[in-house]
Amino acid sequence: MTRLLTGTALAALFAAGGALAQETLTIGAVGPKTGPLAGGAAVTYWPNVQLWANDVNEAGGLQVGDTSYMVEIVEYDDQTNPAQTIAAVQRLATQDEADFILPPYSTGLNLAAAPIYDRYGYPQVTSTANTGNVEDLSAQFPNLYITLGAASGMVGGLIDVMTELREAGEIGNTVAMVNVADAFGIELAEEARPLFEEAGFEIVYDSSYPLGTQDLSPVMQGAADANPDSFVAFSYPPDTFALTEQAIIENLDVGVFYTAVATAFPSYQERFGESANGVMGIGGVNADDPEFQDYAARHEEVTGQAPDSWASAMVYSTFQIYQQAIEGAGTIDREAVAEYIANNSFDTVIGPIEWDENNNNPAYWTVGQWQDGVFRGIASTGREGEVDPIVKSGWE
Amino acid sequence: MDIIFTGLLLGGTYALIATGLNLQYGMARIMNLANGETLVAGGFGAFWFWTSSQVSPLLTIFVVAPLAFALNWLIYVVVLRPLVKRAKSRGQLEVDAILTTFGLSFVGVGVMLALFGGDYFSYSYLAQPVQFIGETYGLNRVVAFAAAVLLCGALWIWLYRSRAGMSVRAIAVSPDSARLVGIDVPSLSARAFALGGAVTAVGGALVSSFLTLDASTGVIFTLKALIIVIMGGVGDIRGTILAAVLLGILETFVATLIDPGLTLAAAYLLFILILLLRPQGLLGRART
Repeated sequence: MTRLLTGTALAALFAAGGALAQETLTIGAVGPKTGPLAGGAAVTYWPNVQLWANDVNEAGGLQVGDTSYMVEIVEYDDQTNPAQTIAAVQRLATQDEADFILPPYSTGLNLAAAPIYDRYGYPQVTSTANTGNVEDLSAQFPNLYITLGAASGMVGGLIDVMTELREAGEIGNTVAMVNVADAFGIELAEEARPLFEEAGFEIVYDSSYPLGTQDLSPVMQGAADANPDSFVAFSYPPDTFALTEQAIIENLDVGVFYTAVATAFPSYQERFGESANGVMGIGGVNADDPEFQDYAARHEEVTGQAPDSWASAMVYSTFQIYQQAIEGAGTIDREAVAEYIANNSFDTVIGPIEWDENNNNPAYWTVGQWQDGVFRGIASTGREGEVDPIVKSGWE
Repeated sequence: MDIIFTGLLLGGTYALIATGLNLQYGMARIMNLANGETLVAGGFGAFWFWTSSQVSPLLTIFVVAPLAFALNWLIYVVVLRPLVKRAKSRGQLEVDAILTTFGLSFVGVGVMLALFGGDYFSYSYLAQPVQFIGETYGLNRVVAFAAAVLLCGALWIWLYRSRAGMSVRAIAVSPDSARLVGIDVPSLSARAFALGGAVTAVGGALVSSFLTLDASTGVIFTLKALIIVIMGGVGDIRGTILAAVLLGILETFVATLIDPGLTLAAAYLLFILILLLRPQGLLGRART
């Protein structure tokens, strides 16, 4: 009797096992945990890897046909070094035999790794790359996708906002512009110079500073001495903080104050409090979208920290694209999944994502602004929920 | 005038960054490439005390300094003393110390990542304007400068006006002869190394009030400190201060009057010039 019971139990177990086979999918993640970009990745990239794996596994894994796959993440630190990114992707592809590899972090590291993703046939849906020459890239790497937008769109969005404010009589037409002397800052500044001129703005101070400059007070003094109506900095995280602090100290009196990466970080608001009100920054989100709010709440609950109000949601959205493509294609075959990505649109935490002819997401946030403690998108290339910009009035 | 004051403030920051390394390299003869990690740890201490309970970085340094002293003493005794013992020449010790502390710097980054995470330590402390002869300066920089003056002054008086200081200078000049006149070289070296670590951590706590640090920024400070120590002359605290101020004024001068993009180039040009014209450093003695 006992024996028979065990036998039936076993049979039942087998039957259940057959219907609900559970397997594991190995997912690679490569990004900076050390090096110059580690601070940014710690806010924008790694928490999303953790959150996504948690969300997928908590929901019972990825449903592929009648098999459910739990995801297991294999993480590598690339030390913010392109050679290490390449080595790590190679290792994931050949030694760890990862089924999929999430995109790396930052423009430079994504572009460095693109040939390796391509060679091993992994789709690379990037979330933190801003680049100009999308046409060439998509011709060369058919499985490379850009979601965060192009430098020209980012700068164009800012200039549109400023033109609007000027036409409303809120600001004058002089601009002080500074940039970090690094691929990102140089590219944006080069895009901006002719566009400012075209829009009728006069650049009264234009300078760059090396990455890692310890004292930005001469830069801010130079800008303040030029007495501009607007201040624009294409800056990286440490200098975004330092420039804002110097502007407060100098009491820089401008109608538009714009800094780039890290302006949308929660720590920016924590550090500057009321002074942050009216500061514009690169990117943005639709802060009132319940989908985003739900994501932000889960982010905080699972990782213990709030997401930033720009690329964080985009990083998670690209992970959702992998997830939806694997489930949609009904297979874990990379070629089929890649084809699914190319031919479908996706519903993500930042809203729908569709591809243009260059595998580029044409609808992205370009400018956001701190308004009463919330960083809201004020300009985009076709996202919903843009709010009106406000003029910066003092630093109190 | 404005350039000189801004430059002096930056020079004060640089002195805070470099003085500790000079004690470690000049006095204890350990080229400590993990120096920047000590600085970042000090900065994290200040950040943590400020954000968790609004304790001013100026008070935090009294907690950070003894902790850093103890930790660095331990590192010296456990990891570095065996190297000193087995080294047959100063050259060999230098190579061994560089390799070991290079490794230690990775350990430091790893431990800090595990403990504090990779996020920026960013907080606002005394970010208020101070008016001085018609120009504005950040109060936090002025305070850090004042602390640098106090700290370097105290070190200088200790080194040149006290018996213990004289002993430390003696081991810097010649550890073998120092032993002959009854100085306990191993124990004093350990304390000099630990003191260097404490000074660096205090510097880190002070500069964190206006610089944004994260767990892996240490190497930037190690490099800057190294340049300043070599420019000033190894083992001479006055040289380090002079070099720090010189570098601060030069960088501010270039940033204000020429182009902020050229500050790094100007700094390295000065470094090369000093190496060519005075290889022993500004105030260093030529090695015999």
